Amino acid sequence: MATTASSAEPAPPDGTPPGGPPEQDAAGLGRRGAALFVVPALVLVALFLVLPAVWTLYLGSTDYRLTGIPAVDPSFVGTDNLTRALGDSGFLRSLWLTLLFVLGSAVIGQAGLGFALAWWMRERTGWLKTTLEALVMLAWILPSSVVAFLWIAFLDRDGGTLNALLHTPGAAWLLDHPMLSIVVYNIWRGTAFSMMLYSAALGNVPASHLETARLAGANGWQLLRDVVLPCVRGHVLTNLLLISLWTFNDFTPFLITAGGPDGASEILPVHIYKTALGNGELGYGAALSFLMLLINLVVAVIYLRLLGRGRRARRRPAADVPAPRGPGAGDAPGRPDDPGEATA
Amino acid sequence: MSTPAHGSALRADQDRAAAPHEAPGGASEGRRAVLRLLRGVGAYVLVALVLAFFALPLLWLAAAPFDRNPGITASLPEFTLRNFERLWHSTDAVHSLASSLVLAVGSAVLVVGCSALAAYALSRVRIRGRDGILYALLLLSSIVTGTAAMVPVFLLAAGLNLVDSYLGVILVLTGGLLPAAIFILKDFMDTTPRSYEESARVFGASPLRVLKDVVVPVVRPGLATVGVWTVAQVWGNFLIPFLLLRSPDKSPAAVVMYTFYTEGGQPDLALISTFSLLYSLPVVLMFLFVSRRYGFRFHGGIKG
Amino acid sequence: MTRAAHAADTAHPASPARPADLALDRLTKVYPGGVRALDGLELTVRDGEFFALLGPSGCGKSTLLRTIAGLETATSGTLHIGGRDVTALPPGARDIAMVFQDYALFPHMTVEENIAYPLKVRKTGRAERTARARETAAELGLGHLTGRRPGQLSGGQQQRAALARAMACRPRVFLFDEPLSNLDARMRLEARTFLKKLQRELGVTTVFVTHDQAEALALADRIAVMETGRLRQVGTPAEIFRRPAGTFVASFIGSTPMNLLDARATAHGTLRVCGAVLPVPGDPPPPVTDGEKLVYGIRPEYLDPAGDGDARPALEGTVEVVESLGSAQLVTLACADGTGVQLVVDEDHEARPGDRMRAVPRAGRALLYRDDALVTAPAAGTGNGTPEPARHTPREG
Repeated sequence: MATTASSAEPAPPDGTPPGGPPEQDAAGLGRRGAALFVVPALVLVALFLVLPAVWTLYLGSTDYRLTGIPAVDPSFVGTDNLTRALGDSGFLRSLWLTLLFVLGSAVIGQAGLGFALAWWMRERTGWLKTTLEALVMLAWILPSSVVAFLWIAFLDRDGGTLNALLHTPGAAWLLDHPMLSIVVYNIWRGTAFSMMLYSAALGNVPASHLETARLAGANGWQLLRDVVLPCVRGHVLTNLLLISLWTFNDFTPFLITAGGPDGASEILPVHIYKTALGNGELGYGAALSFLMLLINLVVAVIYLRLLGRGRRARRRPAADVPAPRGPGAGDAPGRPDDPGEATA
Repeated sequence: MSTPAHGSALRADQDRAAAPHEAPGGASEGRRAVLRLLRGVGAYVLVALVLAFFALPLLWLAAAPFDRNPGITASLPEFTLRNFERLWHSTDAVHSLASSLVLAVGSAVLVVGCSALAAYALSRVRIRGRDGILYALLLLSSIVTGTAAMVPVFLLAAGLNLVDSYLGVILVLTGGLLPAAIFILKDFMDTTPRSYEESARVFGASPLRVLKDVVVPVVRPGLATVGVWTVAQVWGNFLIPFLLLRSPDKSPAAVVMYTFYTEGGQPDLALISTFSLLYSLPVVLMFLFVSRRYGFRFHGGIKG
Repeated sequence: MTRAAHAADTAHPASPARPADLALDRLTKVYPGGVRALDGLELTVRDGEFFALLGPSGCGKSTLLRTIAGLETATSGTLHIGGRDVTALPPGARDIAMVFQDYALFPHMTVEENIAYPLKVRKTGRAERTARARETAAELGLGHLTGRRPGQLSGGQQQRAALARAMACRPRVFLFDEPLSNLDARMRLEARTFLKKLQRELGVTTVFVTHDQAEALALADRIAVMETGRLRQVGTPAEIFRRPAGTFVASFIGSTPMNLLDARATAHGTLRVCGAVLPVPGDPPPPVTDGEKLVYGIRPEYLDPAGDGDARPALEGTVEVVESLGSAQLVTLACADGTGVQLVVDEDHEARPGDRMRAVPRAGRALLYRDDALVTAPAAGTGNGTPEPARHTPREG
């Protein structure tokens, strides 16, 4: 950041150190004024973001419960909760289901379909492209509650549109194939992001590279493999990390299957919700949350490191960091911009 | 989006690839033509399938609100606007939209205000450790999601007496959105020439005056972006109000949708579909507005 | 009423009432990390003077301008404007106006609002500031553009709008940061003439920064040449052009750089330069000791091609390159020892690569530098029209 922040400002024409010395305080704010400006935001963030994170860590090491004796006087149990989690078949199953969910819907589904769409759309114009694009985007921007209900209706056992189309009345998709249902749902929901990111990436493939390959006589497939993919590798990586992070934290499947039937689609966020607030085991739930934070941290650190490296290499201002989700924003993916450029 | 220039380069490529070195033999040429046709047809079949995949779940949302007797199956409606009238008389529905509005606007004001001040200071004054702090916050906000931190968020709200209050939801959401908002705005501020402010300063304007007269108008697109982004995030958020708001009359649209049942205990499809449509409309309009006005250059996206 | 008369009675009260000379005393600016951007500068800018700060990028000229404006605070030393110590005053209290390189016209305000903005900050009533903004705009030929936004103006119009904004608050000192650099080449000449005329009419002390020596020579009454945070020379354009105090200034000033040739003094009180023997320049010539190493400076414009049978001492070499400058030609000679020497010859002069050519230094124009300092005394009769020498002897670094 140190380098990128400064490169955002036009280099002072006169050899002042890049990035500007403190006196390059254009508005004459001064350090005290600046601190005053930062404080409100910092307080809110500290209270509602940092504190919950730390609290998760603390709670995770107690036997705190919503009701009963431990609710009044929780005792410290150290790493017992974590040990318990690692031997808890319910937790392990939900972790496995989450892995399936992330791999199936994000890594394979969204990324694959998104790339295919971007590739198909790259040189097209006309109503078909516009319509398709609009529909994919619409699936992405609608509020998650609405989308969840749309899918409940679409997959409904008795009058669902899907059964009507397939002439399979009575097929209980949500009961018989709950994981498949939420995987398909999430592909539908989140493909737009990958599509836009890859579209931008494909647009950035230098025309001269393509022309060089064309002059050398490469066919479509060779072009994709030899010119395009190496060029967008950074975007692919960024995209995979982001959509994995978002899908991993997605709570909306709860609205469709509520984790059921019998825990068959109980991905980690739903499992934590049920453990902590359903069963009232706040301490144990927090320990599970902590494990979840840990996994998030690993993904996010990898992402930011790649981002930072791309930035330094390109000496570009820190322009396009995709907005991370805030608390509760574990619903749908984020931004139609091009974060991938950062890793290029 | 790929630019036309690049697109055409790719396109030309494919055409060429489809018929690379025309063999002299007519038979081979014919086979190639057939293959090419098949490939074209195959591609369009696939596209049609994808189109259907994305369109079908949406059909119901388009049809049911205007149907006299909406079922769960999407079908051509017997056209009516009566459902909208019913919705208007449903206090729950109207209240929940109002709640959503309060939450969205409240958060947007708080996020835009706090992040603008902070981003400005961080952009213009080099505070020790600024970059580290920003990165740490961004990292934190991307890992401390509502799902991962729901337990302490709930306890915190309980401890601060913020359960079942709009303020609680607004504060929690604001805390989570601020780091990204600061990042986005700081980027806007960084690209604004300092000479504007310096110029105003040379004329004797105080820092607050510079902020009001010069900085805010100049970065207005950034403020609008962050505002719209916040509204969209909060508007669609289910989990936090679901966790923190207890009384039904305070529940925002995202939560209330799941409480529309007929007397018979069946989901009230007329109400739900109509409500869904109305509830979706603002974000779709905002999305159209922002993408038309600023292209796709807005961060964080707009999402439900 | 002419603009000048107008300016005198309304816009800018005559200078004697508010003398606005600028005095820098040991002004120093050290950035955290130890970069000395300004190193103990001593300088006086006279009331009403059009003063240029000239130097390559990184020499500290912009920092100096910003320090005068109050946008940077000096680490030590003082700055007086019109006898008042303003070193610690904020920019708004210094009674100055600054025109930025990018003009810094607020994009969300119309031209009129932009011009009126300084008055608004100073709590001038709406009616008065509108009137004054219109008046100033009209003076600068922007009368029909007051309703436009800066984005709708051409580069030249933007520059005038920025000037109008600076004028509207009737400051004691104008500061211009690279005032012409954002204009295209043709516009630049026009704007240069305009700027000089305007400054003359307003009579307001003006300091401007430029990296373009031609601009400084054309506009300024006096120039300070800076290098690495220090003043290398302060003087009128003629002084600086004809008698650069050191080799840095010599090579920096002039559209074709001065030939700076290694010279060695001979036992006969002459110099051996590029294989030729030349007299020691100066009247009287400075004393030189046998075998001493010096630098012989002569501008390409002051080297004349010698005709056949011209026996005057001259530099001699083979023509390597001939470049047309339009009305003249720049010829590069390779001397016997391999050194390149450039001279400007008449457009009619026939010069082809490979030709032998002798170049005679014009009388009184050659300069001699010892240890980077000028040792040639001003030649009688070749004075530059400004009898007064530079007030400041540049500190040697």
